[in-house]
Amino acid sequence: MQAQGDAMAAPASIRRLAPALWELDTGFRPGMRVPVRVFASEKLLADMDAQVFEQAANVAKLPGIVGASYCMPDAHWGYGFPIGGVAAMDVRSGVISPGGIGFDINCGMRLVRTDLTWPELKPRLRELVDALAARVPAGVGRSGSVRVHRDEFPELLKRGARWAVERGHGTPEDLAVTEAGGCFPAADPACVSERAIERGLRQVGTLGSGNHYLEVQVLHADGIHDARLARAFGLDLPEQVLVMFHCGSRGFGHQVATDYLHRFLRAMPNKFGLPVIDRELACAPFESQEGRDYFAAMCCAANMSFANRQVILDHVREVFSEVFHRGPEALGIRQVYDVAHNTAKLEEHGEGRARRTLLVHRKGATRAFPPGHPELPEVYRETGQPVIIGGSMETGSYLLAGTAEGARAFFSTAHGSGRTMSRARARKLAGGREIQECMAARGIVVRSASWRGLAEEAGFAYKDVDEVAAVSEEAGLSRRVAHLVPVGNVKG
Amino acid sequence: MSGAAFEFLEDVTSDLCFVARGATLPDVFGAAAEALLEATVEAPESVGESETRRVELEEPDLELLLLRFLNELIFLRDAQQLLLRPRDLRIDASGGGARLVAELAGERFDRGRHGAAADVKAATAHGLELARLDGGFRAKVTLDV
Repeated sequence: MQAQGDAMAAPASIRRLAPALWELDTGFRPGMRVPVRVFASEKLLADMDAQVFEQAANVAKLPGIVGASYCMPDAHWGYGFPIGGVAAMDVRSGVISPGGIGFDINCGMRLVRTDLTWPELKPRLRELVDALAARVPAGVGRSGSVRVHRDEFPELLKRGARWAVERGHGTPEDLAVTEAGGCFPAADPACVSERAIERGLRQVGTLGSGNHYLEVQVLHADGIHDARLARAFGLDLPEQVLVMFHCGSRGFGHQVATDYLHRFLRAMPNKFGLPVIDRELACAPFESQEGRDYFAAMCCAANMSFANRQVILDHVREVFSEVFHRGPEALGIRQVYDVAHNTAKLEEHGEGRARRTLLVHRKGATRAFPPGHPELPEVYRETGQPVIIGGSMETGSYLLAGTAEGARAFFSTAHGSGRTMSRARARKLAGGREIQECMAARGIVVRSASWRGLAEEAGFAYKDVDEVAAVSEEAGLSRRVAHLVPVGNVKG
Repeated sequence: MSGAAFEFLEDVTSDLCFVARGATLPDVFGAAAEALLEATVEAPESVGESETRRVELEEPDLELLLLRFLNELIFLRDAQQLLLRPRDLRIDASGGGARLVAELAGERFDRGRHGAAADVKAATAHGLELARLDGGFRAKVTLDV
């Protein structure tokens, strides 16, 4: 279903370069420095709102952009950049844009495997989901159970998930299977406002609301796409139970984004002589003071997010241990991977003499490093990086793996299924209680902090995640490993 | 705030977008604050006035001032758990730039009484509009949830 009044049509000038790759050349809009490239099937392309192409064209006008302005298969309009937008910038001549990262800096996914199976879980599912909902705060205005003193918060911002593990929330093995080891080293708390700290101080270990969730999932036999990779990722039992969660840097990251958006908007015309194409596409030269400060603050927010997810994992371990009367080790609870989908990172790309450092913005896009990549942990060096794509709370999610062919988009892939209708429209079509009852009838236990929020997240408000995952594979961006089906969901 | 009104639009695929109207600038700012409160809690009419805060803000233009004002309310919600609406609001856009002084009134968020709706992340500049219309003012704002 399409949102009322929302034009959904690809521009007539779009050209098909490959079965799942489309291009708008630099003639599409004046000022484009590089083409727009969209990874999509005909169906996904037709479902993309018209603003995706305009926003991707605006991104193509940014100084220092390299290669192309990319849209992932789940692209839909966002603030400044489309969600599902990827842009790599030359570090000397390029810009950094908060709109290329998102308000929820380092919003990301974490997947955890267990030795439990669906028949073991089923009799205790309701008890488990209730306990998870009680232990992991969700929704507006909720404080985390972990108290962080104001004086200690800068350490959290500098060390990310490492801070959490040092405080006893998890193990070094968790860090090994977290993107960047759970810490962006360029973080500098001096570049963060006191207001951002005030906003985030009480939110460590909280889910938030909107499309954030914690889900209990089952891997059925027909959900396995690549048995070898599934085994390597720890998905090795029939009817295996897993836990997936999706959240970010909470109010802290949102305040960092808001602070710098206002600062960049003031500096763009006066200091940098840069035109403001779209206020949400505010940017600053990466090598300017403003650009460097934002990068350091953005890394702090990324670390806040890693710490947040690390503390939530600790809560998940506690709850499973209490419900099943066995320790996390005995339950085989191990993190598969934690990966961000709202960041900008300095990465080396290209081959031979063309190899150089780029600032890669991924906004609603997942990094997907290939087999053999030196930044991957030893355990995934041969498989490629695990990629986690979250679907709607009704349709399930995917585990994929990075591929060598992903070099065509700076090793990036999709991050979710993407909305097809407004929140206002979704809640007119069904109420939260109705959604909960429908899902219960299908065997999915849902606990939500907000009935309205639940209605807005109904499965019919989202694109088909199966199509997104299939096209990600067809486009060579990542390959499907397993499809995971929800049985329990805690929503913000 | 007299003459204040708002409605949420259905034509924005992600997040929440509203149009607020008011006879005066303080009215339209007040209506926008009420829309934000409606997005945040299930029962905005239950929010009392036991706490007050005063804010003074300045931005290059009125649209950015509206954005800053809404983001200030979001900041106070997270940092102090306060749900606030303007009780008295003065706006001065004469002589370059735009300034606002507001007396805010509200109370601490009470999940049981107010009901949780959305944890709005930010008011955004996407499609932001503030214009004179039919003898009053009309604002269009998109909230990132």
